[in-house]
Amino acid sequence: MELLIFYPLAAFTVLLALGVVFNNSPIGSAVSLIAMMLGLSGIFIVLHAHFLAVLQIIIYAGAIMVLFMFVIMLLNLKGDDKAWKIRERNLYLSIMTGVMVLLALYKMIDKVLDTTFGEGADVPDTFGTTVAVGTSLFTEYVLPFEIASILLLAAMVGAVVLAKTKVD
Amino acid sequence: MLEQYLGVAILMAISCAIAIGMVTATTLLGPKRSFPDKDEPFECGESQIVSPYQRFSVKFYLVAVLFILFDIEAVFLFPWAVLYQRLGWFGLIEMIVFLLILGVGLMYVWVRGGLDWE
Amino acid sequence: MDLFSFTDEFLIDLGLTLLKIGFILAVTVGFFAPVLTWVERKQSAIMQDRIGANRADIMGFTALGLFHIIADALKMFAKEDFIPQGANRLLHTLSPIIALVPALLTFAVVPFGGKYELWGHQVNLVISDLDVGLLFVFAIASLATYGYVVAGWSSNNNWSLLGSMRTASQMISYEVTMGLTIIGVLMVYGTMQLDEIGAAQENFWRWGIFLQPVGFLMFLTASIAENKRIPFDNPEAESELVAGYFTEYSGLKFGMFFMAEFIEMVTIGAIVTILFFGGWHIPFIETQDIIDTFNFSWLGPSIANLITMGIQVGVFFAKVCFFIFIQMTIRWTLPRFRYDQIMKLGWKILLPLSLVNIVVTGIVIMLLK
Repeated sequence: MELLIFYPLAAFTVLLALGVVFNNSPIGSAVSLIAMMLGLSGIFIVLHAHFLAVLQIIIYAGAIMVLFMFVIMLLNLKGDDKAWKIRERNLYLSIMTGVMVLLALYKMIDKVLDTTFGEGADVPDTFGTTVAVGTSLFTEYVLPFEIASILLLAAMVGAVVLAKTKVD
Repeated sequence: MLEQYLGVAILMAISCAIAIGMVTATTLLGPKRSFPDKDEPFECGESQIVSPYQRFSVKFYLVAVLFILFDIEAVFLFPWAVLYQRLGWFGLIEMIVFLLILGVGLMYVWVRGGLDWE
Repeated sequence: MDLFSFTDEFLIDLGLTLLKIGFILAVTVGFFAPVLTWVERKQSAIMQDRIGANRADIMGFTALGLFHIIADALKMFAKEDFIPQGANRLLHTLSPIIALVPALLTFAVVPFGGKYELWGHQVNLVISDLDVGLLFVFAIASLATYGYVVAGWSSNNNWSLLGSMRTASQMISYEVTMGLTIIGVLMVYGTMQLDEIGAAQENFWRWGIFLQPVGFLMFLTASIAENKRIPFDNPEAESELVAGYFTEYSGLKFGMFFMAEFIEMVTIGAIVTILFFGGWHIPFIETQDIIDTFNFSWLGPSIANLITMGIQVGVFFAKVCFFIFIQMTIRWTLPRFRYDQIMKLGWKILLPLSLVNIVVTGIVIMLLK
């Protein structure tokens, strides 16, 4: 039953990931990427990670992609702009990167094919719910949680320094 | 647990169908009478002089970055709020520490004028 | 588990889910979205001492201008679908869909009544009682931003693009404050499931408005700003930006942006009702009392439950209508704020205030314990 949901979701996600790569308008790519995030969050739900699924949408699809869109507009890459098309001298670099990624992927797929999978473990009904995630976050993992605030503080300072420095 | 999402999935399918149906209907039903002058983007009666695809002010970018940071903060607060009455004083103190550290950040952004929109 | 042999229980649940979805869609798309277009015109006319929508008539009958709804619908369907030259046709068509679908999808977790016992079956009047409830609403609502950004970007129009940048900045700013203002409510009730929050407010003095008055005011402000209505309608300020992000939209595509806005008004009304105004409960009357009143010997408990369900759903939508009325009154009373004022209100007033509200709520809860 879960596999029956997983495979269409996985296909949807991969298809949209391809859409990100092959779209020739940058905003179109971004829209594909957002839809892909929704597919990923669906896969999280199949894995019983309910809280993570909704975080995936809020943080990645809802927040980080807004920044992506703003950056695309900030840099002003228009759909049929020449800057967006692959240039001659970038071509070799792209091919080299592609080959390396393929090699890495091959290694991974090879490893996965060697593994034998058992039955999925039965998880309790409360697994992955807000209460379950929150309990471990705020009791067992207090230190990482507090350190996260320092990380956010650093990011805030960085953003202001970058955006508010007078260049003239 | 998965059955819970059945309603969400059905509602999503139906609302997508409604939206796509509407767009299709308006594309098919309306008349098609276009000529070059009409097809121009609206510019108060003039021809478009400047392309809209100019570089944008960096202040929009700053708002987006601050939004992500405070959104992550809010996301930490949601499960904490649900659990608050079980965590007790310990929960309150750990969140006050968290908020204080971020409050310092907010103060810094404020003093440096990151929240001003001029 | 065998794949295609469903249990009776599952089939009944499926049927009930479909019924609930049908009801929600009928109420939002079929009733509120069209009727609110009329209410908005009629209410503004009354407030400004005009005669208002009264031209559309069938054989001389105007029915207070209600026929304008039909006229509008016909016109939107029959209008030419205009896509400007140089626009990205696919994205231009896609963006009204991106704006409308999230508006409808948020209703998946919004309850419109309590739990009722009908013929041995527990009926919970919410399409999906997800554990993440309120977070789901925020997650889906945050996706609507892209509808507006993509609309402005794909139109190849200066006004559209400026409008969509304003929309995006405003919506994301108020998304944060909207999230932070309701943390207090979650702390009080200890759950994110909207149906549980509603059920916890059976006692009148446990209504959210008494426990979180500041949270209520901040949430209402932030959510009106999130919906981009006057006084926060800078994204589409007609004196500056023609019509903002939907300048280049015509016919039903334009109508879809409007529908999304009206449906979001209903969503705001529903969420305010559930979080702060007791949901489907009538003040001082408990659900069990209503059921007992109708539980005569010949009616039976199931019919009594059914009548109670009808009453409470009615009460819920009456409250929702009241908050839609409030939003409309605000819209026709206040002038538009300047953009820097809007950003200042969001970041410099509501955001720090909501953080203070969280800490104060936390301390008060601990002291009362």
